[in-house]
Amino acid sequence: MTTEVGTETEVKKEPEKVPEVQQQTEDPEKASDSVAPDNPDKQEEGSHSADTEPNATPEPSSPPPAGEQKKEKGISRFLPPWLKRPKSQSLDTESESVKDEKREEKETNAEPPEEVSGEKSRSEAEKDREEQKSVGSADTQPAREETEGEPDEKPSSPQETSVVSPIKVTKKMKMVVCHVTLLDGNQFTCEVEKRAKGLYLFSEVCKHLNLMEKDYFGLSFKDNAEQRCWLDPNKEIKRQIRNSQWQFAFTVKFYPADPSQLTEDITRYLLCLQLRQDITSGRLPCSFVTHALLGSYALQAELGDYDPEEHRLDYISDFQFAPNQTKELEEKVVELHKSHRGMTPSQADVQFLENAKKLSMYGVDLHHAKDSEGVDIMLGVCANGLLIYKDRLRINRFAWPKILKISYKRSNFYIKIRPGEVEQFESTVGFKLPNHRAAKRVWKVCVEHHTFFRLMSPEGPTQSKFLTLGSKFRYSGRTQAQSRHASTMIDRPAPPFQRTSSKRISRSLDGAPVVYVMDHSRAGDGNGTVENGPALDLNSDSKSKSRAQGENIYVRHSNLMLEDLEKTQEDVLKHQASISELKRSFMEATPEPRPSQWDKRLTGSPATTLRMQASGNPPPHPETDHRDASKEVVEVIEETVIIEEVVKAKPKSPAPEVTMETAEAPQVKEERSLSSDSESEEEAEYNAPMPSTSISAQQIKEEPEEEEAEAELTQQAPPAEVQPQPTAESSEFSPAGEEESAAQPEDEVLMMPNEALNGHASNTEAPPTLEDAAEEEEPHIVNGNVSHVETEHLPQVICCSEPPVVKTEMVTISDTFAAQKTEISTKEVPIVHTETKTITYEAAQLDGNGDGEPGVLMTAQTITSESLCTTTTTHITKTLKGGQSETRIEKRIVITGDSDIDHDQALAQAIKEAKEQHPDMSVTRVVVHKETELAEDDD
Amino acid sequence: MAELMAGFGIFTHAVVRAVPRSLSTEALRTGNLEVDAVKAQQEHEEYVTVLKHRLGLEVIELPADETLPDCVFVEDPAVVCGDTALITRPGAESRRGETEAMKRALTELSLNVVEMTDETATLDGGDVLFTGREFFVGLSKRTNQRGAEILADTFKDYAVSTVPVRQGLHLKSFCSMAGPDLIAIGSSEHAQKALKIMQQMSDHKYDKLTLPDDLAANCIYMNLPSKGHVLLHCTPEEFPESAKVFERLKDHMLIPVSNREKVKVDGALTCCSVLINKKSQM
Repeated sequence: MTTEVGTETEVKKEPEKVPEVQQQTEDPEKASDSVAPDNPDKQEEGSHSADTEPNATPEPSSPPPAGEQKKEKGISRFLPPWLKRPKSQSLDTESESVKDEKREEKETNAEPPEEVSGEKSRSEAEKDREEQKSVGSADTQPAREETEGEPDEKPSSPQETSVVSPIKVTKKMKMVVCHVTLLDGNQFTCEVEKRAKGLYLFSEVCKHLNLMEKDYFGLSFKDNAEQRCWLDPNKEIKRQIRNSQWQFAFTVKFYPADPSQLTEDITRYLLCLQLRQDITSGRLPCSFVTHALLGSYALQAELGDYDPEEHRLDYISDFQFAPNQTKELEEKVVELHKSHRGMTPSQADVQFLENAKKLSMYGVDLHHAKDSEGVDIMLGVCANGLLIYKDRLRINRFAWPKILKISYKRSNFYIKIRPGEVEQFESTVGFKLPNHRAAKRVWKVCVEHHTFFRLMSPEGPTQSKFLTLGSKFRYSGRTQAQSRHASTMIDRPAPPFQRTSSKRISRSLDGAPVVYVMDHSRAGDGNGTVENGPALDLNSDSKSKSRAQGENIYVRHSNLMLEDLEKTQEDVLKHQASISELKRSFMEATPEPRPSQWDKRLTGSPATTLRMQASGNPPPHPETDHRDASKEVVEVIEETVIIEEVVKAKPKSPAPEVTMETAEAPQVKEERSLSSDSESEEEAEYNAPMPSTSISAQQIKEEPEEEEAEAELTQQAPPAEVQPQPTAESSEFSPAGEEESAAQPEDEVLMMPNEALNGHASNTEAPPTLEDAAEEEEPHIVNGNVSHVETEHLPQVICCSEPPVVKTEMVTISDTFAAQKTEISTKEVPIVHTETKTITYEAAQLDGNGDGEPGVLMTAQTITSESLCTTTTTHITKTLKGGQSETRIEKRIVITGDSDIDHDQALAQAIKEAKEQHPDMSVTRVVVHKETELAEDDD
Repeated sequence: MAELMAGFGIFTHAVVRAVPRSLSTEALRTGNLEVDAVKAQQEHEEYVTVLKHRLGLEVIELPADETLPDCVFVEDPAVVCGDTALITRPGAESRRGETEAMKRALTELSLNVVEMTDETATLDGGDVLFTGREFFVGLSKRTNQRGAEILADTFKDYAVSTVPVRQGLHLKSFCSMAGPDLIAIGSSEHAQKALKIMQQMSDHKYDKLTLPDDLAANCIYMNLPSKGHVLLHCTPEEFPESAKVFERLKDHMLIPVSNREKVKVDGALTCCSVLINKKSQM
């Protein structure tokens, strides 16, 4: 299904190929000897190196390998895409693994060869840029839209080369230069691996800014429709920006309601800069007086006390205080500036923020929409909820506690309202957004704001820890509560920072931006940072432990693989790649798509997943058949037992607390249902027509759309006929060889349920929805272990519905095969068929981990122990909520084996152990998740 | 240190206007009650005296205009917040002339005067409830959406939420501010419904003071130096039950002010003055 994207680029690119080849052949020369061939590219090169010089370690790239590579690249250009693709995929995998290895190495010492390769890849990246610029425009913007898609084309080529000599893979890491506009208007330029995730770049920027309280910030970019989108830290940058430029803006994402609670001055300073920008752009409307007052604080912060000698009246004309600045305003600003005598810059910032935060549009993220009657309105997402504006008037407001569910379908955005005093029944309010992407965007922003401002933690570690289809639409960073908690831990002297005067801002915009090039050791550090996923940051104290844990897993699994299977070196590499992926997913503990090993992979339909909610009924287990069927089988049978225990400490003063708790109950429920949104959103997602995809894509996509209703049914009240379907599906499971992108009718039908249930998640980010979905499936394909992740999420969905002790069983049979049936020659790709089974036992009144009432996270720690085939992760959080402290222990036991495990026994054992260990606690939820995977190597 | 939105209820000046004789016969009214012109004038004089002498405000008294029978209700032609004054476009055509004198007076006070020129817009100040944190604008017979929009454009710092007013003349016919974050609200169904809407629309939590009588819910709160919380409210003669509720406000300096005559032409306490804080200006 994902084919569309690839096909699209392919088609587009065809005509360009010949010139490209020429360029490439020239490139090596350019890179090595600095003899200037008189083409525009050369000029570009010059200007680039000028940019890069300041920080770059000016090592010359090693010419011979580069040249070789280039030639092959050139040749490969002429290969038909279906010949290229499989190779590049496997190679991607390889390079992935190599990258990982490298990362580790880098952490210890930077090796010279890497250095070289880095240089080389940098030059390649530059070349990319040159090509993008095509007509040597001397400006520093890396990517041009006319040539969009080219960067996509490139990466596959070098990797193809590496098929021949895998060792070289190391040297072929693709680097791309990212430009980030900082809040002071300066440009930060840094090189990232082409496949780097958003978090890497974000971390680099924060490092550059010396910013620790970074949870309030984010990177944004403009999509093709000039809409501002947030860069998801957990996803590859490239996949998100698609064909847009590698140009980002560092911005405030969550405006703290009380900036005085920020710990560091530098954080407040950055928030001030953002607000000044918001004000001058008109995003944050203010009255004349407010403009003047805020302007005067800005002046005080930047210039210090008013100095009648130095500051003649025109000293402020370089500053901008308002969208339309008048002389009168400037005079007022000066007048007020005089009154701030003696105020330090940070005091001035504080004053600035204290006033700015009171503005009604402070921190309100506006989105154009129409109401049910087609009237133009604005949706404003903010810390407290959703605001509805008509023109400048607030016509409605839905506080988070009032909202039961947020969803979107196609270009519609829905909120389900809790019955209240006015309305007796739940009602759903729908809004029409300009397009599907806009609907998705507003939905996402809502989910993020809700999580950040209202939850204690991002829906619990269990959920956010793993790759799930739902991952993308969950905010996985720290919540405000967590961020505040973390801020209190900041133990460093206030970092010095340079306040940029507005004057300088305008100048620096004109001047050449400074290019910071990471040398490799630093890049390695950066990667390390990347690996510290936001979720891990939840507990700063557990970071290092978790990392260690990751290593262990890495080793263990790779051993397992190596022992069990006789693999070619290539296979081993692939496995290592997948393992390192697994490792990373553990270490990051964040849901994320696998960094696409298949660069431009055209994926078929997302895996078919059928889920049933039938209490106690064991689902059909078609897995056995598959296992038998496959020739080379990688079997990883996983069982995950999650036991959550919640102990409520005795309330100090029982009576009032009890009431509090009951009062809280509905909120808990709310969160639950919010988490269940994923389902409906998924449905929605799939229906949306993608504006930018090719025809074939749309065709494929439309099908699910029609099935949507069915899918919904399946989900809500699984009809009996659903049951046979998985079996049917599995039997239909055809050998991996299908290369054609066209979706087979049967496959489509099978896809339906999955799309409805899981698919939406995958789409949340970048428009190539289906591609994304496919991407998400990759873990299954490559590594069975990772895939349990997907279902990890599912229990949450169940939880929301039932009150008293509920036993639910959910069966997910995902056919990852479908996902890759398209242009992938599966010869080198292990196909894993995943079957998952999740059973959730839940006690009544389960206290949602993301309970809405403000509580204070006291401590959180994660302990991991490992034995030969089980890994136990214990996550303990202590939360103080309204004078009541609550300790939650969450245990995750992963049992890995290559044969069937009696999970009932395992479960019983786990519960028993848990009870023994914590006799004073109660088990509130048990999730058994079983996953069986089959990998087929169709050789 | 200068601060926005600080000092709710702090006033230094008041603009009032004398009662024209035409009020008793020609002023607009929802009921059919006869107004005693003399009593109405006396009542108003007492009101002004309270502002001027008891509270020490600097009172600007505009002369009555016989061609404008409703001109005593100065609240409707102007909304003042901080140092900005919005000259409205009253919903009743017969009252549009009232803005002239008001505009002059406010200009003389060197307020930043904004005029509502849009001919599709109507707004009566009686529909504007300023809580200190935000505005609520009643959409009533006298005030329309466009008028509210212009108000929002004028006072950009504040959220402006609209509240449908289905009964009563104005939004403030059944509510007002009785203190910082304290909304006085009538107990009628529509008053309570309006309050719910306001509560839903706001990010702030307001306390409420429920009065048995809707009309009694219109009171004037001030926070004056040397006097603290001051509340001008209905007299026990007019609304005995409601007066008792006010009397429970221990922290407030309570000043019952009679409004027996003016109420017959839908005039409430807040209607008869425009309160201004000149010291707020930076």
